[in-house]
Amino acid sequence: MFAGFDFGILWLNAPFLWNGMLLTLQLTLLAVGGGLLLGIVLAIARLSSIKSLAWLVEAYVNFLRSMPLILVIFWFYTLVPKLIGRPVSGFYSVLIAFVMFEAAYYSEIIRAGISSVRRNQIAAAMALGLTNLQSMRYVVLPQAVRNMIPVLLTQSIIMLQDTSLVYVVGLRDFLTSADIVASRDNRPTELYLFVAIVFLVICFSASRLVNRLRRRYAL
Amino acid sequence: MIELTHVSKWYGPVQVLDDCSMSIAKGEVVVICGPSGSGKSTLIKCINGLEPFSKGTITVDGISVGDRATNLPKLRSRIGMVFQSFELFPHMTAGENIVLAQQKVLGRNREAAAVKATELLARMGLAEHATKYPAQLSGGQQQRVAIARALAMDPIAMLFDEPTSALDPEMITEVLDVMVKLAEDGMTMAVVTHEMGFARKVADRVVFMDQGSIVEDADKEAFFGTPRSQRAQLFLSKILQH
Repeated sequence: MFAGFDFGILWLNAPFLWNGMLLTLQLTLLAVGGGLLLGIVLAIARLSSIKSLAWLVEAYVNFLRSMPLILVIFWFYTLVPKLIGRPVSGFYSVLIAFVMFEAAYYSEIIRAGISSVRRNQIAAAMALGLTNLQSMRYVVLPQAVRNMIPVLLTQSIIMLQDTSLVYVVGLRDFLTSADIVASRDNRPTELYLFVAIVFLVICFSASRLVNRLRRRYAL
Repeated sequence: MIELTHVSKWYGPVQVLDDCSMSIAKGEVVVICGPSGSGKSTLIKCINGLEPFSKGTITVDGISVGDRATNLPKLRSRIGMVFQSFELFPHMTAGENIVLAQQKVLGRNREAAAVKATELLARMGLAEHATKYPAQLSGGQQQRVAIARALAMDPIAMLFDEPTSALDPEMITEVLDVMVKLAEDGMTMAVVTHEMGFARKVADRVVFMDQGSIVEDADKEAFFGTPRSQRAQLFLSKILQH
């Protein structure tokens, strides 16, 4: 079936492809980390009793969630250098775009997770003399995190797939590296097949992990 | 020790508490009863400031609950509360539930808090359940852990908000037994409940509420002998016939 295919090409270009994979993983991890941090802040702001703050965050979240990610990437690519007045590497502008974009999604997941904890749990925590902050830290968040870990992981898998969009600003992520090899050596089938299999393996194992966590933390 | 004077509360236009005044002396056990929606749970939650109130004053041990300057967490740590739906923290074992606030609020060290937890669980007849999670315990066991959790703070008074309403009949007794013992040991208690047997056994006074106001506040004997208000008579006849 694979007659005429040359999979040796993968081996020959392994270091180049690996560098692409490193960029993809680096971008994913940093974006997930940054997105989570900003997402937590946004979620708490949205749940706060300060109405104008909650409204502002809601507007931000709804706005970014209605934009295609690729448009957000373009914006930050042109916007960030203008804002800070000097050229910025594509990597950082893209990273900022991902963090801002993912934070909008994460904040919704986190907000839902916090809201899923029964209100009386907070009453019980406060009745014991815990402060608002302590109730959040020791009672609400530990339960909320269990509820949201599977969804957060799913969102992060989507994030990993979305990193291939950095293609448009010329960053050499995994897909872009494969594409370069494919056109240079005229071996598109082998390369694209390989990329597909790698993504499949990563995403499949991650979703298996999600399922295991879901079972383990079912309260 | 607990003093409510002319307490009123509105949810928007709806008045849920109407000029409620009552007091609970040290060591006294007061049962609060009345039809559902009469405001008894709301009233008891006002005492530790879980529910804000619109008018009147509440003082606990001389400290004004409604005063903005009052350190509510500190005050709450001195008043135990038991909820209808137990509200144990599901991500912690029974023992950890009892240790948490001792450490974080009272600043006890881990060992001291754990010793206290073990001691209280034994008193509740739950010595072998310390490492179990709430989901692994029956309703009656969960409620007793919740009582132990409140007692671990060495409270000056205990508030019970329908502590047996969510329990199967065969588990009600085990929780009531613990409460009776607590009352006999001299704990100051305010108990919202329909368990008139409990009231007869240990209450000093019975407060009857209807439509947000305190209709009757009488000694136990007087209340069960001849309630003065018609509404209380009607309520008792409904509750006691079975």
